[in-house]
Amino acid sequence: MDVVSQLQRQFVEHATSLYREGYLDDQFTQLLKLQDESNPDFVVEVVSLFFEDTEKLLNNLTTALQQESIDYKQVDAHVHQFKGSSSSIGAQRVKNVCVVFRNYCDEKNLDGCLVCLEQAKNEYLLVRNKLEALFNVSL
Amino acid sequence: MSIEYFEEEDVPHVLAVDDNLIDRKLVEKLLKTSSCRVTTAENAMRAMEYLGLKENQQQNHLNGNGRKVNMIITDYCMPGMTGYELLQKIKESAVLKDVPVVIMSSENIPNRINECLEKGAERFILKPVKLADVKKLRRQLTKC
Repeated sequence: MDVVSQLQRQFVEHATSLYREGYLDDQFTQLLKLQDESNPDFVVEVVSLFFEDTEKLLNNLTTALQQESIDYKQVDAHVHQFKGSSSSIGAQRVKNVCVVFRNYCDEKNLDGCLVCLEQAKNEYLLVRNKLEALFNVSL
Repeated sequence: MSIEYFEEEDVPHVLAVDDNLIDRKLVEKLLKTSSCRVTTAENAMRAMEYLGLKENQQQNHLNGNGRKVNMIITDYCMPGMTGYELLQKIKESAVLKDVPVVIMSSENIPNRINECLEKGAERFILKPVKLADVKKLRRQLTKC
């Protein structure tokens, strides 16, 4: 098997396991479909944007939840953004944490929010590692 | 000069409005993949400025051909002015009321959807937006 086919097969195998384990959902496939000769780095670009954006969001959330008097509307606004971006790139497990997180915001439940923040950070790091490994395979 | 504009007229020009950076990039790519020229705006105010809808702006057809828009696709939830409010402003405008407006939202709320459709939105799309959604819109644009 030539190198290109081998790499493609590795990519597919690797990606398949990420879908199976729930890290990625069908929306990630949509991103892959949009990549073509005119924009060969599209997926890497979008995913990189997602990483940058998420780092900022997580910092903002951490700060917002450390305040004396917490503005749950503001926290919810951040989580809404996070839910949106993770959903748009197909980061399913991150998105699912965001759904629960928003419920805790509605209830103004600080403990719940703090647990979700930790979970969100963990899921983000997990999917980040997986995606970085995936792209290393395809290069 | 006029030949360039003629060729550009063949490709639909879409204004995409969304406060989320990733969503903006995704929608832009989806539209470009479907052979549209795309201008993006990060909120409704910027969109209104672009469209010439802000209070002190003159509304006129001669406002540069580059500004002519065949469709507007906007997120519903945005800080400041919502997509619904933007839809209202567009429908109130003599110049822009016939431009199709598509609303996107991550939340499946029937009241919200009905409200938008009743206000004259062309279509309501649930996020995350997919290629099939945009292809459907594109087919509609060629009929205009």
